[in-house]
Amino acid sequence: MARIEIKNVAKTFGAYQALHDINLTIEDQEFMVLLGASGCGKSTLLRIIAGLETATTGEVWIGGRRIDNLSPKDRGISMVFQNYAVFPHLSVFENIGFGLRMQKLPNDEVTRRVERTAGLMHIEQLLKRYSGELSGGQRQRVAVARALAMEPDVILMDEPLSNLDALLRMEMRAELKGVLAESKTTAIYVTHDQVEAMSMADRISVMHQGEIVQAASPIEVYRNPSAEFVAGFIGNPPMNFLPAKPADSGKWAVAGQMMDGPGGGSASLKFAIRPEDLRLADTGFKAVAKVVEPLGAHLLVTCEVDGQLFRAVLDSDLKVKPGEVLTLTPQPDRVRWFDPQTTLAVA
Amino acid sequence: MTDATASDVAPDTRATGRTLYIASVVFLCAWVIVPIYFLLINTLSSPETVNSFPKPFWPEFDLGSLTFFAGFAGMLTALKNSVIVAAMTMVMSIVIGAPAGYALSRFEFPGKGLFRLLILLTRAFPLPLLALPLAVMFIQTGLDDTAFGLALVHTTLAIPFAVLITFSLFSGIPMELEEAAWTLGCTRLTAFTKVVLPLILPGITASAIFAFVISWNEVFAAAVLTIENRTLTAFLLQNLDTSPLHLKFAGGFILVVPALIFIFAVRKYLFAMWGIANR
Ligand SMILES: Nc1ncnc2c1ncn2[C@@H]1O[C@H](COP(=O)(O)OP(=O)(O)OP(=O)(O)O)[C@@H](O)[C@H]1O
Ligand SMILES: [Mg+2]
Repeated sequence: MARIEIKNVAKTFGAYQALHDINLTIEDQEFMVLLGASGCGKSTLLRIIAGLETATTGEVWIGGRRIDNLSPKDRGISMVFQNYAVFPHLSVFENIGFGLRMQKLPNDEVTRRVERTAGLMHIEQLLKRYSGELSGGQRQRVAVARALAMEPDVILMDEPLSNLDALLRMEMRAELKGVLAESKTTAIYVTHDQVEAMSMADRISVMHQGEIVQAASPIEVYRNPSAEFVAGFIGNPPMNFLPAKPADSGKWAVAGQMMDGPGGGSASLKFAIRPEDLRLADTGFKAVAKVVEPLGAHLLVTCEVDGQLFRAVLDSDLKVKPGEVLTLTPQPDRVRWFDPQTTLAVA
Repeated sequence: MTDATASDVAPDTRATGRTLYIASVVFLCAWVIVPIYFLLINTLSSPETVNSFPKPFWPEFDLGSLTFFAGFAGMLTALKNSVIVAAMTMVMSIVIGAPAGYALSRFEFPGKGLFRLLILLTRAFPLPLLALPLAVMFIQTGLDDTAFGLALVHTTLAIPFAVLITFSLFSGIPMELEEAAWTLGCTRLTAFTKVVLPLILPGITASAIFAFVISWNEVFAAAVLTIENRTLTAFLLQNLDTSPLHLKFAGGFILVVPALIFIFAVRKYLFAMWGIANR
């Protein structure tokens, strides 16, 4: 079936190295999300898989077949583009059927598959329209239907929802996930929206400056970030960091507090905790509240601990005023440690 | 938008704006139509009326000048030559120019900027300067006095425009559309014929017509490089110089009308090129 293996793929544009030695395996029928900030190389990697870009070095295998020297049409993939790329001179029907007509399928088979995928994406009533007569969300549906109608082994999506409004995005997110699970297709989905990534992915590959920093399930990426970058990138607001100095073995001094931490003779570490894993208590970090934002479901307090920016998500019933000194204690099992030299997590 | 709502909202500025708008339209139409109209009147008038003043407002429908031309020896051949040369120019400049425009818009290659500049530079050499060496070369190669030879020269004149117009047309087609076609089973060629070509056809047509008109209007090279197979412009230049005024008008009219008819026939593609909806 359609297991994707990316082996030692690197890409340079002139002197600029966009991808460094990428190694990634995506299992058959898995929904893999490539997540990362703008410019980190997500689209480049996707386009290399699609065959729209050539890797400088490395190999791409799909379903046990090496495909990096094949043209896009022979790779068994189909792609959904950020700007949908719905052909303006063809009706919705002909758009969805475009790939099937290229395969020279008989007319009734084309009609059957177009109608079926249009049904899946709820656009049966639009089949006669042209792209100019569709809304952004409808165009998006046409683009997905066109990709699905091919019944590909692998479907590649490059930020397909980024041009939609928040409400529609949420709706399409759920729908897309359902349709893809049903179609039993292996999917690679590029986004820079971490909520989208968390909610849709079987696994997330977090990318940073042309490298995959961590590839793991959403909850793993969230709970056990493998590097400082991931910890600071995932989660809104992101993780808090404080410098830690070694005290006794297994004890670390963090902002005047003694914390249990990893043993071993590191010179210094970084202490990390998620804002929602902090509680008000009698002992703990002395935090001076700077900005208080009531967000309805909870209260976001931006404070200063030991001169460092520190955020806490607290119960929305609490009354906190700027300038007030809070005592915050971290939930012990949620504390993480990073090596400032390598930026990697330390167990 | 109706006049009623317009006057409800802001009667003064809207009314002034509208008057100004109509006045500009009338002015521009007059700018183009009046000279052509006078040409028409003078063509359809008897020689006496042409030389008199003031001019009548309505043509007399005296077909004397035109029938004279129709019967004039070599006239129809010249007309035919003009059409042949212009058609060849049209085809050649698109066949050569469009791929160049595509390459310029889609590929990165060393010297791209220089190439674009050089294309424009071909227009920097005035034709009279090139005419003598061209004539000599054409005589040597046997291309002189042939429709094809002249079409080659006209193609050279039209190509810079063909390249630049098609370059901007191709650049206006998002790369994603082509890429989508590739992932849907197209090769570079089928993606071009099934997606790009239908989308730029109106623009290609417009630029083809532009090439046609360049050739149709060109007189210098035509006069120098042809003797027996004269095109209409060269033929009329040769013969009208010494003709009476009414025949000059008729000759001018014969030159203008085909170009007008041609442009009128493809006007919707021209509008499409300028981004005005046509449906
Ligand atoms: N054709 C190209 N020529 C030169 N540099 C390129 C080219 N394509 C991409 N790059 C560079 O490679 C890097 C990665 O680009 P890429 O499009 O993969 O980013 P991305 O992660 O998809 O970002 P975004 O979220 O903004 O789409 C960027 O720094 C970009 O400038
Ligand atoms: Mg991108």
